[in-house]
Amino acid sequence: MSIIVKKVAQLIAGLIFLYGIYIIVHGHLTPGGGFAGGALIAGAYILVILANGSDAIKLKKEEVGSSLSESVSILVVLMMAVAGFFIGAKVFFNNYLPTGKMGELISAGAIPLYNIFIGIEVAAALLTIFLALIIYKEEIEE
Amino acid sequence: MIVYILCFILFLVGLYGLITRRNLIKIVISLSIMEFSIFILLVLIGYIDGGIAPIITGLESNPTYVDPLPQAMVLTAIVIGLATTAMLMAIAIRLYRKYRTFDIREIKNLKG
Amino acid sequence: MELTLSILLGFMIIGAIFALHAKDLLSAIIAAGIVGYSLVICFLLLKAPDLAIVQIVVETITLIIMVAVILDSTREELKVKIDRRQIINISLALVFMLVLVFFFIQAISNLNPFGEHTLRMASAYVGETAAKTGSANLVTGILFDFRGYDTLGEATILFTAALGVLTILRIKGRK
Repeated sequence: MSIIVKKVAQLIAGLIFLYGIYIIVHGHLTPGGGFAGGALIAGAYILVILANGSDAIKLKKEEVGSSLSESVSILVVLMMAVAGFFIGAKVFFNNYLPTGKMGELISAGAIPLYNIFIGIEVAAALLTIFLALIIYKEEIEE
Repeated sequence: MIVYILCFILFLVGLYGLITRRNLIKIVISLSIMEFSIFILLVLIGYIDGGIAPIITGLESNPTYVDPLPQAMVLTAIVIGLATTAMLMAIAIRLYRKYRTFDIREIKNLKG
Repeated sequence: MELTLSILLGFMIIGAIFALHAKDLLSAIIAAGIVGYSLVICFLLLKAPDLAIVQIVVETITLIIMVAVILDSTREELKVKIDRRQIINISLALVFMLVLVFFFIQAISNLNPFGEHTLRMASAYVGETAAKTGSANLVTGILFDFRGYDTLGEATILFTAALGVLTILRIKGRK
């Protein structure tokens, strides 16, 4: 790709990344949430990779990181769900944190935390799938 | 009532493609068309005339919301649809590398 | 409202039929994109903004993955002659469709007319979400509190799909 495409893609990818974080963090107040924001963040990474061309050795390092963060975040979601057994009403997926005042950013108990970790999980999973496809194409050409 | 029938026709188009096409990519497209028809049917069933989007703002007095339960279920189903489509595409490209064709009947005959 | 939705659904049906009969695989994928993006407008009209945001991003990523696969392999559709197996397949499909139409006619008589849905289970959710979870977005409240198991299962499926793609596409083992 030409240098104009590369520079514009770098500029826009930052904005898309910020918008994805906004969608995730405000998931309990406005439309959106972990699924939409995670897919947006993965889209920002994919845009940068498509614009800058692919280099298999660099991408393999990225892939190790993305699959690691995917595994860790799903483990954290499971841990938070299991923690409901030990705190409060002894129910799986118990919302044990104080709910606060409705409409404020820090409210709704554990829901924003679930949103954040599900968002990381979705973003990392989509990025891993895309990176696996790109690395496969690179390895075939060698 | 006519919207339900149109949804069902969309589902039938996907089913027809799934059975009669021989190209792997076309089969994946037919599966995703069937998925889309089910999503729109579930959300259509939950719609209420004069309802508002299920977000509490505190501005309306005594609001009627559209049914939020089908929306929550479809939200997970959309992301699962993306995962299954990506996995099917991975299988398709791997089969193409091995047999040099997308034709499922030829792949069955080659048995390599 | 119902008329607008009918026009959009008709547009989706035309796009789906074209996607199944296109000669070029790239145009088939783009025609499948018609169906996906029309779905976004339908979700917006049906007062489901959460779904619209998710669907527009997911459809874009699906198109990118499909085009990446197509450009790497052949774009030509197979030349299919109408032989005996093809006729058997088409007649089998028609029989399946007739059976499904029969059950659909049975099922649709039990549905409420469009726009007159009665809240049964969801009325409890709508009433209690604000008090129990404090979430202003009812969909998020249901997704992560009352229906937490579904979300956990969805995350597990996504994790398994990523592992499956890695397993299928890996030629050399990871050092």
